[in-house]
Amino acid sequence: MTEGAVPRFWREIPQRYNLIANQCGSCNKVYFPPREVCPYCRRESMGKMKELKLKGTGTVITYTIIYTAPESFIGQVPYPIAIIELDEGPKITAQIVDCEIDDVKIGMKVKSTFRKIQEDGYIGAIHYGYKFKPLEVKK
Amino acid sequence: MMRDVTVIGVGLTKFGELWDKSFRNLISEAGAKAIIDAGISGKEIDALYVGSMSGGRFVGQEHVGALVADASGFAHMHIPSIRVESACASGGLAIRQGYLSVASGINDVVVVGGVEKMTDVVGKEATDILATGLDQEWEAFFGATFSGEYAMIATRHMYEYGTTREQLAQIAVKNHENGALNPFAQFKRPMALENILNAPIEAYPLGMLDCSPVSDGAAAVILCVADKAKAYTGKPVKIIGTGQASDTLALHGRRDICTFDSTVNAAKKAYEQAKIKPNDIDVAEVHDCFTIAEILAIEDLGFVKKGEGGKAIDNKITTIDGQIPVNTSGGLKAKGHPVGATGVSQIAEIVMQLRGEADQRQVKDAKIGLAHNVGAVGASCVVNILEAM
Amino acid sequence: MKDVGIVSYGAHIPRLRIKSSDIAEAWGKNPDTITSGLGIIEKSVPSIDQDVATISVEAARAALVRCNINPEDIGAVYVGSESHPYAVKPTGSIVGEAIGATPILQVADYEFACKAGTAAIQTCMALVKSDMVKYGIAIGADTSQAAPGDALEYAASAGGAAFIIGKENIIALINETCSYTTDTPDFWRREGRKYPAHGGRFTGAPAYFRHITSNAKNLMEKTGTKPDDYNYAIFHQPNGKFPVKVAKMLGFTSDQIKQGLLCPVIGNTYSGATMLGLASVLDIAKPGDRVFLTSYGSGAGSDAFDITITTQINEMNRNNAPLVSQLIEKKEYIDYSSYLKYRNLLYEE
Repeated sequence: MTEGAVPRFWREIPQRYNLIANQCGSCNKVYFPPREVCPYCRRESMGKMKELKLKGTGTVITYTIIYTAPESFIGQVPYPIAIIELDEGPKITAQIVDCEIDDVKIGMKVKSTFRKIQEDGYIGAIHYGYKFKPLEVKK
Repeated sequence: MMRDVTVIGVGLTKFGELWDKSFRNLISEAGAKAIIDAGISGKEIDALYVGSMSGGRFVGQEHVGALVADASGFAHMHIPSIRVESACASGGLAIRQGYLSVASGINDVVVVGGVEKMTDVVGKEATDILATGLDQEWEAFFGATFSGEYAMIATRHMYEYGTTREQLAQIAVKNHENGALNPFAQFKRPMALENILNAPIEAYPLGMLDCSPVSDGAAAVILCVADKAKAYTGKPVKIIGTGQASDTLALHGRRDICTFDSTVNAAKKAYEQAKIKPNDIDVAEVHDCFTIAEILAIEDLGFVKKGEGGKAIDNKITTIDGQIPVNTSGGLKAKGHPVGATGVSQIAEIVMQLRGEADQRQVKDAKIGLAHNVGAVGASCVVNILEAM
Repeated sequence: MKDVGIVSYGAHIPRLRIKSSDIAEAWGKNPDTITSGLGIIEKSVPSIDQDVATISVEAARAALVRCNINPEDIGAVYVGSESHPYAVKPTGSIVGEAIGATPILQVADYEFACKAGTAAIQTCMALVKSDMVKYGIAIGADTSQAAPGDALEYAASAGGAAFIIGKENIIALINETCSYTTDTPDFWRREGRKYPAHGGRFTGAPAYFRHITSNAKNLMEKTGTKPDDYNYAIFHQPNGKFPVKVAKMLGFTSDQIKQGLLCPVIGNTYSGATMLGLASVLDIAKPGDRVFLTSYGSGAGSDAFDITITTQINEMNRNNAPLVSQLIEKKEYIDYSSYLKYRNLLYEE
């Protein structure tokens, strides 16, 4: 259906592969995905937005377990989707992987990982991006 | 100087899986009923406003303004026809835009319609189309669904305020009780609490019966400048306040996951214009696309304090004879949710309540009513307040 | 060749596992006979959202986390696999982007059945030695699938490892390498087909054994060494039996091959097999240890390496990234019906 719609996905690769955000040079607020202009500083921030690579660690602030999924995700049902607050501030929506459904909790610490997100069917391009797995505490 | 605007007629099709009715059939039926109810001939109409979320994806049709003008029989009058879109708030937005055009003096009489034909595509496709109201790049792409986003609100609301699945299910019970009294509703039978709690899970904690259905339907109202209204109908109802607000597209960008700031702000503007407070509202149609959405609505509209939505349900304050009757029509849950039609059908229900024409759903002495229409997961909201004259 | 070697390494094995006994029972075979006959207890299975690109990225990122290399100094990425996500569009460019090595980067994907990863190592060695690049990353990874009911079903698994090759801060010097290649059609997969085909018992003596033993002997002749000069030996492992047998044929002991023999618990990770075996050895190796590695790829060929661990390995905090033993232990079992679900969805027309 959307075999050729590649530019739309290609454009987001820095964000989806490497969590490239940006930061307002005026108020230091971090934005993901990056913004052209800081919504609060507006004109003050023009030309002062600095690229910033996020660490990929964060905390789950809410979640659900999806049972009725969009076409591309049917094979993964049931899967957890969460809103994650990244350590640097921005909040994102992503799937939680590599743990039991019952282990997903508000307050859980997670780390980003590189996975296949979608495909444009069997013929189209494959789109990769971030999912999050439980953060291991190193002893 | 803004003029007063009244609703002089309303029309509704049945809501449901209407295999025999096309997109065109639906809107022309609702429009014709509204015109008859208003007692106008049609020549008086200055413009058409129509709310529809996605003619393009559901029936392959864009240029919906032109289609509606034509299907309604107005093409030869060459009047302006404006289609507005704000996901599930398209209908409420059409009302507001129609209202503004009359209040500002540009038009005297307008038809405002809302329509959606959702069953010409297979169920899975309808779900995908509804998901276009989400943030495509940063929510839907990663596997979030419409029910999933509201489920995440429910999870957090349960975590912060102790709201329970039972309280959510009670909302569905109430709305189905009301829907059983509504001849236009998609579901005309009450539903037991156990059935709702045991329904298959869509996105935990929401089950299939916490969710509004896929529906076809249309609704239309006629708006008229107040000082010409008496010429047409004995029972005009005045629009006394309207508000619209926006917020971040993605739920994760919000200030507070458990509050729709778009509802709070749209309602604030509407209350200010109407010069009333939340407890002046006698009856309300709120946007219960999911049971949790009704909890948020009664909190964000100021009927109860934040976090106390669940308690309000337990205390039955939102039933037809409760302190603040909510969704006497059956809400989106029981009445159905043909997306673009919903906001307009809410106005139709409020008008019927304020005219005393709501039959078994009638709220005693309803003088001021509120309609609350939300786009997708709260990125936009329109609130309209009406008063019996 | 003494100035080229491994600067860092990383491994990745997907979490899901299926037991050989479960597969055997699904097909009405005796689970004990199968398990002991093949020497495979369980194998790794990729989940729906994992493929050679995601495994390669995890392994490459793990390698980077263990060293201080600026990804922009990586001048080459070569990924060897027989299950690249695309037939045309390189896995290497996806990896390069995901590790921040683009755009000044030389990339190509390799295929040579199970030895595509070691071929990538040889290429990176040459690029580094000739000063064409400062660092090259060689990756071997696979998510190979086998036809339902075929003997290969018990073995074909998923996993991969990445090796950063360079001249500075070498943790494992590659003293010598050599290869042995003939046109021997023991196992193949035609373009456009889902599953491979093979020559049954022909895959043994004339294929696996001939190429490994010939190549191994050639290498030891070149380096003037004998099996007991080595602390560790790693051989390609299509099942739990072949590597044990070939080790014995060449004069290596079971103690020497133990650390690098992962097939019994993760199956045959094809292009990842000897690569993961080497990663497992590097996880515990000490300065001065000598390692003998011989890969095998059907079609057919073998790459052999003589490696000496340097003192630099103690400067590296190997625990910064998951050890192979940790990846093996981190597992979740699935049953045969889930396994089929994943496989069918992966190969939907």
